[in-house]
Amino acid sequence: MPPNRKSVMILRLAIVVVLALAGGAWFLTRPAPLAADALDGLIGDAANGAVIFAASGCASCHTAPGAEDEGLPVLAGGRTFASDYGTFMAPNISSDPEAGIGRWTDLELASAIQSGVSPEGAHYYPAFPYTAYAKAAPQDIVDLIAYLRTLPADASPSLPHDLDLPFRFRASLGGWKLLFASTDWVVPDPVSPEVERGRYLVEALGHCAECHTPRNALGGLQRDRWMAGAPAASGPGRVPNITTGGLSWSVDEVAEYLKSGFTPEFDTAGGEMVEVIKNTRQLSDADRLAIASYLAALPPLGPDS
Amino acid sequence: MMSITKAFVLSLSGLAFASLAHAQSADHSGAIKARQAHMTLYGTNLGVLGAMAQGNMPYDAEAATVAAESLVALAGIDQRFYWPEGSASGMAEGTRSMEAIWTDPEGFSAAQEALLIAATAMAATAGTGVEGIQAGMQAMGGACGACHQNYRVRQ
Repeated sequence: MPPNRKSVMILRLAIVVVLALAGGAWFLTRPAPLAADALDGLIGDAANGAVIFAASGCASCHTAPGAEDEGLPVLAGGRTFASDYGTFMAPNISSDPEAGIGRWTDLELASAIQSGVSPEGAHYYPAFPYTAYAKAAPQDIVDLIAYLRTLPADASPSLPHDLDLPFRFRASLGGWKLLFASTDWVVPDPVSPEVERGRYLVEALGHCAECHTPRNALGGLQRDRWMAGAPAASGPGRVPNITTGGLSWSVDEVAEYLKSGFTPEFDTAGGEMVEVIKNTRQLSDADRLAIASYLAALPPLGPDS
Repeated sequence: MMSITKAFVLSLSGLAFASLAHAQSADHSGAIKARQAHMTLYGTNLGVLGAMAQGNMPYDAEAATVAAESLVALAGIDQRFYWPEGSASGMAEGTRSMEAIWTDPEGFSAAQEALLIAATAMAATAGTGVEGIQAGMQAMGGACGACHQNYRVRQ
């Protein structure tokens, strides 16, 4: 074979390999919504949806900045979240047909919440904690959607995120999901039904780890440092370690904190935790105790070594 | 005798000058201690009410009323001397007071006003039974938390 024909062959082979790799990468990282039959047979119960809504902390991000706490939440969006990647803008998820989610189907909403995929088939940034919600029971998601549809419409348009250049390409989020999105429970064997309920509230709905667990260089949660505290996503200071290696409060004291916001010393929550307590105070005493019991059952972790 | 009076006046004005100089110096540790002590006093009185609300202490109408009225008194203190310019976190040592206290004085005093309103409501119901405390604790928690959310730096 003459040398020029050989090099053409090698070049062709290389193109095929590159295309195959790209095709494989595309296939593995493509935005994948929920299966078309994922919600079949499920009927939403808005009353339970209100509990799921509170437990999942939806209002903390999706109400407008400075919104009133009284009355039904207006999910107009507009809060900004500064991060190492740029500034994320919470979108309007009110029932408005134009600005909000009023025209989305249940399946589109469930795919957004649990798979992080938009109705147009694009990846969402994981500032939206769909990696946690992915663990939620389908019935609870359908209930949540039924509740969302009862909330007031607001016509404020969603604003685009303001991200640094390397993070503007949503296609790369498929790779991120492949690496870090997992529906495996961090605590595989809960010691009691109460801890199991707490695990559901913390790992699937409450997404506590998003702030209380440190992240690796690519922004994935370090599951071996679960709830061991982390640098704040924006601004100075740290989010505290809430394993028993960092927090000495009793189960009752943690439950009380989630109800009233008072620490055992009658200091109060500050920062983002004030918003979180507006949600947890709406839960039942049993659910707050379940969260506290789950935290008490976590492996105690010391400060960063 | 004149000289003694003169010396006295002189020493008085010297004292006044010294304290003025002290107020103008960058050492705000006294003011920072004062505001932290004020917070501790809230905590002491809230602790009595909280223990009753949580069932860790038997309900005592008189103790509850005393604690709640103390909170009203504390929340009503004019705190202007606690917050000298330049005593924010990042400017002075040992404080988590956010610069927003000085850049948003209206918001800060509205937050203090909200605490006074919550404490006054608590004082009105604290003597009527444990339910009266429980409702008040929620409002107190909200008022304390709102201020800590916006005006205190994370640990």
